[in-house]
Amino acid sequence: MTVEADGTSRTERLPFGIGSVGLGEVERQVPFDEPPPLPPNAELAVIGKSIPRHNGRAKVTGTIQYTVDVRLPGMLHGKILRATLPHARIRTIDTSAATRHPGVVAVMLIARPDDPATAVVRYIGSPVAAVAATSPAAAAEASALIRVDYEALPFIVDMDKARDASAPLVYGSAAGPAANAAEVSEIPMLAGLPMNGNVRGPAVERRGDAAQGFAQADVIVEGEYRTQVQTHCCMEPHAVVADWRADGLTMHISTQSTAGVRQELAQTFGIPLHRVRVIVDGVGGGFGSKSSLGNHGRIAVGLSRQAHAPVRIVLDRQEEQMDSGNRPGTWQHLRVGARHEGSLTAISLLSYGTAGITVGAGLGNVSQTLYACPNFDGAQHDVFINAGPGCAMRGPGNTPGAWGLEQTIDELAERLAIDPLALRDRIDLSPTRREERRIGAERFGWGRRRAPGADPGPVKRGLGMAQSLWGANVQTNASCEVRLMRDGWVEVLSSVQDIGTGITTVLAQVVAEVLGLQPEAITVRIGDTEFPAGPPSNGSRTTASITPPARTAAWRVLQTLLRAAAPTLKVSAAELVARDGRIVVRDNPSRGMRFAEAAALLRTDRISEVASRSDDYGGFRQRKGDAAVALEDLGGVQFAEVVVDTETGVIRVERVVAIHDCGRPMNPLHIESQVQGGVLMGISYALFENRILDQNTGRMVNPNLEQYKVVGPHETPTIEVVALENYRGHSATDAYGIAEPANIATAPAIGNAVYNAIGVRLRTLPMTPATVLAALGKIPSGS
Amino acid sequence: MARKTVGDDRRPAEPGLSRRSFLQGSALATAGATGLGAASVLIEQAEAAPSTGLPVVGPQPVPITLKINGATRTLQVEPRMTLAEALRGPLSLTGTKIACDRGAFSACTVWLDGVSVASCMLLTVDVGARSVTTIEGLAKDGQLHPIQAAFLEHDALQCGFCTPGMVMSCAALLEHTPHPTAADVRGAISGHVCRCGTYPHVIAATLAAAKPRKA
Repeated sequence: MTVEADGTSRTERLPFGIGSVGLGEVERQVPFDEPPPLPPNAELAVIGKSIPRHNGRAKVTGTIQYTVDVRLPGMLHGKILRATLPHARIRTIDTSAATRHPGVVAVMLIARPDDPATAVVRYIGSPVAAVAATSPAAAAEASALIRVDYEALPFIVDMDKARDASAPLVYGSAAGPAANAAEVSEIPMLAGLPMNGNVRGPAVERRGDAAQGFAQADVIVEGEYRTQVQTHCCMEPHAVVADWRADGLTMHISTQSTAGVRQELAQTFGIPLHRVRVIVDGVGGGFGSKSSLGNHGRIAVGLSRQAHAPVRIVLDRQEEQMDSGNRPGTWQHLRVGARHEGSLTAISLLSYGTAGITVGAGLGNVSQTLYACPNFDGAQHDVFINAGPGCAMRGPGNTPGAWGLEQTIDELAERLAIDPLALRDRIDLSPTRREERRIGAERFGWGRRRAPGADPGPVKRGLGMAQSLWGANVQTNASCEVRLMRDGWVEVLSSVQDIGTGITTVLAQVVAEVLGLQPEAITVRIGDTEFPAGPPSNGSRTTASITPPARTAAWRVLQTLLRAAAPTLKVSAAELVARDGRIVVRDNPSRGMRFAEAAALLRTDRISEVASRSDDYGGFRQRKGDAAVALEDLGGVQFAEVVVDTETGVIRVERVVAIHDCGRPMNPLHIESQVQGGVLMGISYALFENRILDQNTGRMVNPNLEQYKVVGPHETPTIEVVALENYRGHSATDAYGIAEPANIATAPAIGNAVYNAIGVRLRTLPMTPATVLAALGKIPSGS
Repeated sequence: MARKTVGDDRRPAEPGLSRRSFLQGSALATAGATGLGAASVLIEQAEAAPSTGLPVVGPQPVPITLKINGATRTLQVEPRMTLAEALRGPLSLTGTKIACDRGAFSACTVWLDGVSVASCMLLTVDVGARSVTTIEGLAKDGQLHPIQAAFLEHDALQCGFCTPGMVMSCAALLEHTPHPTAADVRGAISGHVCRCGTYPHVIAATLAAAKPRKA
């Protein structure tokens, strides 16, 4: 250990490399007040072990409290009246009958006929007004008594038709085409890129000279790929209980970001940050749709302020499907040029995507960065339609992006007569994915793969694989407190929330490891902005952001504890270690005392340390505000085995082998759960899910879970998960996320396996029996 | 249906529209299609109800008695209140979850006399004498049911919102199929949706929970 002259950091050697390849060490500058390097998992007591879920008992007994379970004294029930037309100007809203309803306490207008900014509704389900009443039934009855007089405006819900110059305009049409430019220029979301009708863009990305690259290519492969709109379908609906008081606002909300929602509330309602408290315990899923306050959150606060009482709003399933976000639909034209030996010479990407009335329908960064290619030319567009706003969903951008890229690379491999794995060994520079391909191919039995359509009978088997790319995100505004009481009670506190990922367990493991205790001895208190601000649980950043400060805070607490115990044990604190529930002399472990006995020697009832996420040792690749991205991406490779019935068109996924990297694996059992979940969501995306809008009415025709089909137990294949042990020496825990990479590769792996089965490539999601039969020429396409 | 006799008009939903006048209106409308005879019978039934001496129910809350988790609970419910709403509201048993309120997710699964049902699809007044078991009633004296213990051990849960319903269905499966196959488990949870994708671990947990019972 070398201490730097300025005293702020020291040089340390940290574990480095992939466990199955061979571990080495890397030298890093480590902040002076952070713990010594964490050894590889094999040398640890609880980190890296399959510890059962810390809040699992509360979940299997139904005692954990979700936002939908929160009941406050005097609480009212809110109901949102939603637009019934996809595009309309509201002439009048008559709330008189609703106001007279005996149960009603507050009525609020969200769309205001006299306000040009809100008088126009742009999708079915858009909030128009809301009521707060003494019971859910009274709120529903009263909201139904509100009379809205609409002037219907032309609308468009088909992305392709919305690109036509003559298509009805989603923005600006109310004022007529002449005023369009002026009106559009006042919408902040639309700034920065050209607007042409309903099309915003292109967002251009260029590297090298793509035209020259294609001229140098021996082979060019190109295709058009399309993905549907997918909805999040969280089991717990979006829910909030807002309690506005003179001295501040308390917000119970089913959220992926307590700290982010606090920030948003403070800004939206002009109240100081310290007057806002956001609380959540159980979160019944989020998948990207619960990162912000949401319409329902804003409305609940407004109603509570008006009614002088707490107001609860829980969306019903139809509202969930129409107005809680979705994964945008996309179309892309992808072109890849390569030399005979496999090296890529150019990639071009043209895309149009729709997030309904909002932006964000791009295809991420897979085509730009997954493979080595000197020349790239990208032009991406958002297309507005009269449909509910999209938002981030598990691997946003890269999931539809990989659907196109990974099939194109598969097609290229066939054209070059190179095995798809061998081709990737040439063009993918990531040592992580190289090892993942090796492990996966062996476990999956890649050698069994035959020529496309080789099965002679009508039921054909196919094998395919695809790769995942996701940035290793880190939130630097992430803090954690560790407390130790004189009676030995240990608590870890942060506003970070557990949306089902298991961060509760992992925090207990980290603190337990430092203090030489078992995880069940650690009390984890999270999901409350009264505690130090934690990271948002999105972008697969939770574990990477909050476990290093948890370890640092616990380590600092331990130093105080060792100093308190040292005189009694008649050694210096530096000679003591925490191990197996005891504080012992390192070189003579029989000499020591129980952890609780040591705690009793503290000078005060409670000691406490707060630590924050430092920068990655070795630095970040990029950062913007509190959000940073680690130097190396997270890798993932998935293999799929499918059976396609060419008479019925039914695709059955029989087996998926998923090899993933999340840095240091903290809890293999939780990782397996999350990867299985990502794979299943990917299967659901590949084969079943599809938001369908009626072109004539603009209405979603399947706003439920009966006609909006998601994967169920009968469609669940065998899923084998391998988590690499991949040390990079970047933080006090060196752990990163897993949720999103697990979702990105699944659909293209299945797509490639389907091609291998039937010899025809499907380029549109979902791959339904109708699309399979159409691709085989057995029924007309589009039927 | 005899329990829910029509006829109490003390608090009409809207002025001038009572349950009785609605019934008469529908009966007369029906008369156009089926002849006056049938309509007269309906009107007579509606008119006659108060004089029969049968108890009158709704739309206000009515008193009922339920057997829940081995205890007898008396409460007031509106006849339109589903069992799921009654459990989560007046009975404060919020372990039962409502995810769709139309029987598509099965997060609201409870047992009626040991049989799994979607409690959001059942009116509380229709439970009658059947005994209700909810997730809160599965663990005995702080001891987890073997299915609950297996869910914990196999991490058969992530966000946990579908878990109470899954646990109830898997526990019910073991009651009537002590040695299930994986296909049996898939069948038992086929009405459940888990967006986190815990199905593989749910299947593994249920098969593991069944093992100790094998002689």
